[in-house]
Amino acid sequence: MPKVSMTVNGKAVSGEVEGRTLLVQFLREGLGLTGTHVGCDTSQCGACVVHVNGESVKACTVFALGCEGAEVRTIEGMANPDGSLGVIQAAFQEHHGLQCGFCTPGMVMSAADLLKQNASPSEREVREWLEGNICRCTGYHNIVKAIMAAAATLRGEQVAAE
Amino acid sequence: MPKDHGIGASSKRREDVRFLTGKGQYTDDINRPGQTYCYFLRSSVAHGKINGIDTSAAAAAPGVVAVFTAKDLEGVGGVPCGWQVTDKDGNPMKEPKHPILAEGKVRHVGDPIAAVVADSLAAARDAAEQIELDIEELPAVIDMRAAVKGGTAVHSEAPDNICYDWEFVAENKAAVDEAIRGAHHVTTLELVNQRLVANPMEPRCAIGEYDAGRDEHTLWTTSQNPHVIRLLMGAFVLSIPEHKLRVVAPDVGGGFGSKIYHYAEEAFVTWAAKKVGRPIKWTADRSEAFLSDAQGRDHVTKVELAMDKDGHFLALRCSTLANMGAYLSTFAPCIPTWLHGTLLAGNYRTPLVFTNVKAVFTNTVPVDAYRGAGRPEATFQLERTIDKAAREMGIDPAELRRRNFIQPDQFPYQTPVAVVYDTGNYGATLDKALELADVKGFAARKAASKAKGKLRGLGIANYIEACGIAPSSLVGALGARAGLYEAATVRVNPTGNISVFTGSHSHGQGHETTFAQVVAEMLGCSESQVDIVHGDTSRIPFGMGTYGSRSLAVGGSAIVKSVEKIITKAKKIAAHLLEASESDITFANGQFTVSGTDRSIDWGTVALTAYVPHKYPISEIEPGLEETSFYDPANFTYPAGTYVCEVEVDPDTGVVEIQSFVAADDFGNVVNPMIVEGQVHGGLAQGIGQAMLEGCTYDESGQLLSASYMDYAMPRAADLPNFVVDHSCATPCTHNPLGVKGCGEAGAIGSPPALVNAVVDALAGHGVTHIDMPLSPGRVWEAIRAARH
Repeated sequence: MPKVSMTVNGKAVSGEVEGRTLLVQFLREGLGLTGTHVGCDTSQCGACVVHVNGESVKACTVFALGCEGAEVRTIEGMANPDGSLGVIQAAFQEHHGLQCGFCTPGMVMSAADLLKQNASPSEREVREWLEGNICRCTGYHNIVKAIMAAAATLRGEQVAAE
Repeated sequence: MPKDHGIGASSKRREDVRFLTGKGQYTDDINRPGQTYCYFLRSSVAHGKINGIDTSAAAAAPGVVAVFTAKDLEGVGGVPCGWQVTDKDGNPMKEPKHPILAEGKVRHVGDPIAAVVADSLAAARDAAEQIELDIEELPAVIDMRAAVKGGTAVHSEAPDNICYDWEFVAENKAAVDEAIRGAHHVTTLELVNQRLVANPMEPRCAIGEYDAGRDEHTLWTTSQNPHVIRLLMGAFVLSIPEHKLRVVAPDVGGGFGSKIYHYAEEAFVTWAAKKVGRPIKWTADRSEAFLSDAQGRDHVTKVELAMDKDGHFLALRCSTLANMGAYLSTFAPCIPTWLHGTLLAGNYRTPLVFTNVKAVFTNTVPVDAYRGAGRPEATFQLERTIDKAAREMGIDPAELRRRNFIQPDQFPYQTPVAVVYDTGNYGATLDKALELADVKGFAARKAASKAKGKLRGLGIANYIEACGIAPSSLVGALGARAGLYEAATVRVNPTGNISVFTGSHSHGQGHETTFAQVVAEMLGCSESQVDIVHGDTSRIPFGMGTYGSRSLAVGGSAIVKSVEKIITKAKKIAAHLLEASESDITFANGQFTVSGTDRSIDWGTVALTAYVPHKYPISEIEPGLEETSFYDPANFTYPAGTYVCEVEVDPDTGVVEIQSFVAADDFGNVVNPMIVEGQVHGGLAQGIGQAMLEGCTYDESGQLLSASYMDYAMPRAADLPNFVVDHSCATPCTHNPLGVKGCGEAGAIGSPPALVNAVVDALAGHGVTHIDMPLSPGRVWEAIRAARH
């Protein structure tokens, strides 16, 4: 079987994979990084979103071998170095932006990419951006609130908690 | 100043930290040493006779451990049904066997035929393609209205495809008929409550393992109620005694009803793990979930509402065809009957109610409870019909509802449909919702919409639901094959921290936070001292699980009872330590005090003494501080509320845009407002999804056309508005210790009629009186066109 090497959450990793092995399978089964989830088989739900070379990607839609040499970041790599929740993660907790937690890793990774590209999204822009992330629990109300709050925090603004 | 901890505080959820850092442990995240993988070969036709299955090539394929079909499952029972409905003639419902793997016939697309167990999922899947099937396709029974005419039968036991023909309240039938005949006006509405798919984001998963040394089976599964699975699977399917069967439901990624039921895949992996001597994992992919998770709703109903000249409701008559699918899922028979017929009084004083429900077998995926379960169907029938009645009678829709409300001084209120509402104030939530929706400004907004070529509409819906289904003696009389209590153990550890073992199961509801708030409030300790344990039959005394918005009302009450017992015992220990009479001990803020003195000891000292009983009334009480309770409620709880939706419709395209959505709910007391509001948001999204987007669709041959997220329209963020939610109109439940009613399903119950009423209101000027859900642009546009011609 071919070997693949990449950097995941800052750590060099490698493993043998089949040609058909998807990135999400390599992360979950090969590396034991089970924070990245699989919620569908048609690349719609976004539970598997990770960052590859800084961009959000659906890990169910890329082959592991296609990520040779790539920098990959998963939900396990989103906390602060001291282990405390990062800004987006903390905003999701503060604003109750998750319930069952299954879509959450993908939501956080997707939101991080949005806020990198657009530091001041409108609420409408946040909702449109999440087109590829499905949540069945929250009705998105608090996810949108959390992302708007995280954006404000990252801009250095004070946000009133609710 | 809002509270910062305990009951009433919006405590941040402790479970979030693991979910936000990728440390949640869902079933598919678990891997067992030596694990194999299972793939089910499922029927590609809706109805067929199995003439032969050749598994020899598959069995010889690389990596394959074993291949199983029905003939290998000798001695294994079918999937049991947990509720028996008795028909109008006193006969039990038709209850055909639901085999683990298809026996002789396949009855829906997705019916499992064979199971391949292999070293990898890819090997299992590849091998399954080598199974040779000889299936003779039979005509499929899909449409319920055609099914009941007979001809083709899904099961030979039910030649007319009717599982049961149920009447309720049978004694009212003649009086209802007479009231309708003599009424000033009768509003009639025929409607469809379309089939939905629950779609929790985590697909189902099951891992079976057998420990030959101890003769013990373990099943890890995506379940809302692990003890129920242990009971059903152990006793009825596999004949494994409870003490040799452990069922674990770890972190579960949403359920909404679809993970209540015992499924064939759970029984198969548990059984086959012993056969092959290795653990077996099965994980559904999403397409498989569409073909095998029990689906929801699917009623076709006719409603007739009789009124006097002032619009007072005189009688309600309904008849419903309710789809059961190809087999009876665990609680399927009770959904269109006892969870539907009993809610047909709604929030109103309608004195006479009669409904006839025919449950119908079809060659489709089984149907069972989905968020709301029977109550959304009842609410939709009532609230759509009342809206139509208001228009026909020329009475304002809010006024017509108000005129018929059960009044606050009428509680407890005996409805004509068996249930007794303990408390409520329906006018209060109506007033609150109308105020929050700024109904006074609607006319101006409508004019502004008109000026830009849009049609604006306002829709109101009230709802009432019966939650925390109980008591056991009642549900037993109605056909439940289980009790509906809840269990809880509260263990005070020697250093004073507390472990709570609850039979409720959290799969998004935040129990780990809410239940800790309740215990912390009662014991005067910090929430961080309390740990909530759930989801493992080897750790929890017993449990009936989480569904029907029952967790806090029933499971929370069991915890309260146990904490009360703990306090009683702790007071005895404190009295001994303080050398005072037990009756003189008061307990507050974590301190035991001799009344009228400054002598006190703290919680930690009492806890430690219970486990280090050196100075202890050992002849009077046992050491230790742990109590278990089973709580069986006296009645259902009855959350109620009013939802108001405002929409704008583009008459040229049929596109509906929600302008505002207000929910005013009466949930009784609220422990964590943040979590309660989150539950309402989620329910609203699912209800709006039903009203505008979702629909599970089969073609005439029984092929499921909506079997992926490309075809089944899940609500996305951009489809939904921000919600305005309010729970200030609270009338606490009178019969449970917390005064709570349950909030999990309300949003999904009240929102579909509010939204459809709003769209019909917008289109009323065009002559539209009803549109069946989902209100897709195509359907709305067609309704406008049809009404014009």
